[in-house]
Amino acid sequence: MAPAITLAAEAPKLSAANTGFMLICSALVLIMTPGLAFFYGGMVRVKSTLNMLMMSFISMGIVTILWVLYGFSLAFGEHNSLIGWNSDWFGLSHIGLTELWPGYTIPVFVFMVFQMMFAIITPALISGALADRVKFSAWALFVALWVTIVYVPVAHWVWGADGWAYKLGVIDFAGGTAVHINAGAAALGVILVIGKRVGFKRDPMRPHSLPLVMLGAGLLWFGWFGFNAGSWLGNDDGVGALMFVNTQVATAAAMLAWLAYEKIRHGAFTTLGAASGAVAGLVAITPSGGAVSPLGAIAVGAVAGVACAAAVGLKFRFGYDDSLDVVGVHMVGGIIGSLLIGFFATGKGQSAATGVFYGDHTFTQLWKQCAGVGAVLAYSLVVSAVLAFLLDRTIGMRVSEDEEISGIDQAEHAESAYDFSGTGGGVIGSAAHATALAATQTKKVDA
Amino acid sequence: MKLITAVVKPHRLDEIKEALQAFGVHGLTVTEASGYGRQRGHTEVYRGAEYTVDLVPKIRIEVLAEDDDAEQLIDVIVKAARTGKIGDGKVWSLPVESAVRVRTGERGPDAL
Repeated sequence: MAPAITLAAEAPKLSAANTGFMLICSALVLIMTPGLAFFYGGMVRVKSTLNMLMMSFISMGIVTILWVLYGFSLAFGEHNSLIGWNSDWFGLSHIGLTELWPGYTIPVFVFMVFQMMFAIITPALISGALADRVKFSAWALFVALWVTIVYVPVAHWVWGADGWAYKLGVIDFAGGTAVHINAGAAALGVILVIGKRVGFKRDPMRPHSLPLVMLGAGLLWFGWFGFNAGSWLGNDDGVGALMFVNTQVATAAAMLAWLAYEKIRHGAFTTLGAASGAVAGLVAITPSGGAVSPLGAIAVGAVAGVACAAAVGLKFRFGYDDSLDVVGVHMVGGIIGSLLIGFFATGKGQSAATGVFYGDHTFTQLWKQCAGVGAVLAYSLVVSAVLAFLLDRTIGMRVSEDEEISGIDQAEHAESAYDFSGTGGGVIGSAAHATALAATQTKKVDA
Repeated sequence: MKLITAVVKPHRLDEIKEALQAFGVHGLTVTEASGYGRQRGHTEVYRGAEYTVDLVPKIRIEVLAEDDDAEQLIDVIVKAARTGKIGDGKVWSLPVESAVRVRTGERGPDAL
């Protein structure tokens, strides 16, 4: 988040250019959520494709409403260092259309909707770890509660004008801590409570459609320019453009690094590796892209690509079922991006703070980054685990084992993802028709 | 009559069809199948997790033939299907009791 650019002499005026840019960026961030749905949806087996898509899609419904009602006020109102509040923003009822976000050239409304898209995608990120096995009603409730008690406070810490991490000087340009570490740690907390998929490590669980994964990764990469470059809230000093460039550079480096690691370790350049590497790079540059140089972005991307490629194997060694590697990619990538700021911050980007390799070669910024990372990781992990535990004990988090084995799409959504069969898959019309048909068949047997 | 069944490599289908047409066979049925013989499967890697896929894609071709043509027809299929590499497949025949052409009701060899 950009520091206020208020000049002492005059208050900022509404900029049509920045406002238009930010509305476009908001739409770009929104499309990351369907992109994520496809990225995840292609990675599961056929029988849970729709559930995976819906876990992301439902967040666009739930979080939008919560954000309007109270989320924005709790996250970005000035109140104290742990949580925000601004009663004028409750239900967005007392915000003037041209009222500016303090210190910036865009309206409060525009900032609000841009941040709404972040709040939507963050819980959706968690869903990848929970593939195949979570009751949809429990997931919907989890999203609403998690956004309220985890996302909103953490966003306030990191980006609120009076948030403790923001005031401490923790650098998180676009959400390395608030979005990615937050979602990754939450995923870890939840899966430690709800357990593994039936057949984890025993049954093959290969992705059913890598083209969908690639499509999703492409949409994520595209939308991420809005996510990252838009987080400067304007283009008056070139930092947003630096972020845009670094987003591209780090993503390219991470994709190449993941592929190289895979080729050496496993003997093939896989498409899943290319898509995963790109996402790992996007995650790692999210906190750091405003602070590092393009060469620094190459380093951030390359380190993230290799580290995440190695980290996704840990779930098999330690036996936690991080189904689609939310921990391995988002938590690990977020930590790497956030900590590498402490080494590669040049002091010439979003702020004058420098990392170990620049300026006075001090560890000051690195310690601040560690504080931000550690706090978000611990808070999200613990609170998310407790939340999952309470939901599991009350309404139950998981579908029955039978439903999980035969497929959650049918159990929870009463649909199938694909119909490729020439005979229509045995569909015999309406339920009433099927009952009538069964009745005649019974009669025939009687006769 | 005989039912000749061939389970072969999918990419040999066109050659087999052409050879059968040249031999005078007017109809056949093709289904996608999967299985393994001595060829076994292959290994796939997804984010470092290695899976052995032991069912290999094949096609199953079914042709009805008169008793006198059957052995020769099998030879035609085998010749067209062969690549000489492991996994070329199998061809076999079974006796058929009766056959009917649905449109005309013709029975026996006339239905072929």
